[in-house]
Amino acid sequence: MTSPLSNMDEVSPAPATPEPEEQVRGLSQGRIVFKRFMDHRGAVIGIIVFILVLILAVSSIGLGPIPGWWKFSYKETPDIMNGGHPTLQLFPFHLGEHPFGQDRVGRDMFAMTMRGTQISISIMIIVGIVAAAIGILIGASSGFFRGKTEAILMRFTDMIIIIPSLIAAAVIAKSSQHLGGIWFLAIFLGFVSWTGMARLVRGDFLTLREREFVDAARLAGASNRRIIFKHILPNAIGVITVNTTLLMSSAILTETALSYVGLGVQAPDISLGKLISDNQAAFSTRPWLFWWPGLFIVVICLCVNFVGDGLRDAFDPRQKKFRLKKDKGDQRVAPAPLESPIDDALDGTSEAPGAGRP
Amino acid sequence: MGQAIPATLQLLTAATLLAIVFGIAIGVVTALRQYSTLDYAVTFISFLFFSLPVFWVAVLLKEFGAIKFNNFLATATIAPGVIVAIALVSGLVWAVIVAGTWRRRGITFVVAAGVTALVLVFLSATKWFQTPSLGPVVIAVTGVAIAYGATVLFAGLRNRRALYSALISVGVGLVAYFALQPLLDHTGFWGLVGLLVVALAVAWAIGHFMGGYDRTQSIRAAMLTTFGMSLLIVIDRFMQSWQAYSDNPLVRGRPIPTIGSKIPGLDGDFWITGLDTMTHLILPTISIILISLASYTRYSRASMLEVMGQDYVRTARAKGLSERVVVTRHAFRNALIPLATIVAFDIGGMIGGAVITENVFSFQGMGQLFLMGIKATDPNPVMGVAIVTGITAVVFNLLADLAYSALDPRVRVKA
Repeated sequence: MTSPLSNMDEVSPAPATPEPEEQVRGLSQGRIVFKRFMDHRGAVIGIIVFILVLILAVSSIGLGPIPGWWKFSYKETPDIMNGGHPTLQLFPFHLGEHPFGQDRVGRDMFAMTMRGTQISISIMIIVGIVAAAIGILIGASSGFFRGKTEAILMRFTDMIIIIPSLIAAAVIAKSSQHLGGIWFLAIFLGFVSWTGMARLVRGDFLTLREREFVDAARLAGASNRRIIFKHILPNAIGVITVNTTLLMSSAILTETALSYVGLGVQAPDISLGKLISDNQAAFSTRPWLFWWPGLFIVVICLCVNFVGDGLRDAFDPRQKKFRLKKDKGDQRVAPAPLESPIDDALDGTSEAPGAGRP
Repeated sequence: MGQAIPATLQLLTAATLLAIVFGIAIGVVTALRQYSTLDYAVTFISFLFFSLPVFWVAVLLKEFGAIKFNNFLATATIAPGVIVAIALVSGLVWAVIVAGTWRRRGITFVVAAGVTALVLVFLSATKWFQTPSLGPVVIAVTGVAIAYGATVLFAGLRNRRALYSALISVGVGLVAYFALQPLLDHTGFWGLVGLLVVALAVAWAIGHFMGGYDRTQSIRAAMLTTFGMSLLIVIDRFMQSWQAYSDNPLVRGRPIPTIGSKIPGLDGDFWITGLDTMTHLILPTISIILISLASYTRYSRASMLEVMGQDYVRTARAKGLSERVVVTRHAFRNALIPLATIVAFDIGGMIGGAVITENVFSFQGMGQLFLMGIKATDPNPVMGVAIVTGITAVVFNLLADLAYSALDPRVRVKA
């Protein structure tokens, strides 16, 4: 923690001798956020660990046709050695032949876990992108245009909220197994989990559209599209980033849960949840088959959550107010519930067109 | 469906309520002690729980909570190494909870570790886990502790009358403990509810007549104490039936099951069947609590922190109110307002069932019904579950909004 922080300090104000002046000239928004993010110890550790896991997963067994450094692939079935026990040793560090052990047929657990990690992370990222894109589009247009657009879009959002995403995903996964592939599953999960994002973005847009800079842009002759994407959206980036990370962490849990009940990733593919599901019956005889994938889920999810927490602290405009009291105001999950009831109260007015502002 | 909804409700009501109560309590405490070691520890642990896949926890619980625990019950003696480890952990936990100087923390650590070790040695030597019971002494001591806690919470120890009414409730409870034993043997669920109502009425009377200048405080302290005492007495009665339950030929000395919601063909009085339900519920309940506790803790902490920074809290302090009054009456109540929304959503979502948890524990509830429907490609149960969850989601969404506008006068729905 100390090293990135001190690095930061050296990089930004050190070369110029009059330090306060440097501060007055001001840092860009991105710079401030980055600095605050680096101040958050948990978030920095989280992102470092996450990147390490990602590097490990990709480099060990390779990606697609590119081979990795690990000798086994997740498809091979080498002979079972030593009863399939894990050979990983920490003191002295020694990987051995099968560091995470072997399963019943002798497949290398390390390769399988790495493959599962790759798949779970890619599903997580796709879900994040898809859900963020849809949520931003719907939230932004309903928040910006208000009136009928908003009424229709938000009722549509409510409709999606009512469908429990696990249940919907299970139905789709069941009926589309031949359509197949994890990509379809991931995109679908994205299609059911954008609702929270849409509501948050709409809430942000509702306040931002009344600000002077929007009027100024309009006077300058900017089109609606330009105002939305060039003027308002960059101001809402905080909410969007934070929500996307939280969305990703819940996506990875949803995916593993679905795979666990046998409705997510299907047989030739591997995901962490599926590994646990396949091996839970053997818990008493081969516990390592169960521990490793679970550990990787927990680590990935924990990292993403911490990064989200750090981002929230970094983007939170109330940060400054709290700073004075040495109070970082941990608002990790608060805005969503705080916002929603007020939102709905507003909905009551906005549903009747023309009830609010012109 | 007719059986699935009650089963799911049975499972989730207790879990959700406990998670809410503990979550709010922990969240408030961590908010009041922001940036203490306790706060950091709880933050980390809640992130950890938040990241745990429920099925992973459930499988671990089945292994360690049921299979290993049942093996342990066969001997019911705790190994010395385990005693030392548990004592050290408990000492550490208490040292973190207690604020203050390192000296004070050190003393707490030693005392807590020592007491835990002694209790464990005692439990191990008497094989308590095979024939658990509380007995009048433990009930009395715990009751007095509850009485002090309730008084601190509602009235402050300065209010002697409130303290005395709480202590009198403990005395009455002890008398009732001996007097009611034969009655308890023949009672059922509704009988217990009736007794609880009577007990609370008695407590109200005690508080009312001890009263003094502020009756409500005494009444509240007495009633909370009585509630705790009633709980203790019922737990004690259940423990008396434990041996009979455990020795039942259908249970065969392995009381914590890994699957199902009851042992088929088991008959016995209310206490036996009650124990049967409880042993089946305990592991799924724990796994649900562990997962949902985290989010409640975070919500209530954030909410409490926000409220504690408000001007009216400063005003309340400035006019000389004690910290207890400021926290419980000014801050806590307002901190609960945003929580009402989340709680309503969660209670609504409860009926949809815990698909994964029910699946792991083969609990025949809504989630399991749904999964069966999906796997057998039978649309009827799937649609049924979807409709039920949809309706409850809509209803509780509405309730959440209504509750919010009722609790917070600033939020008004324009007619």
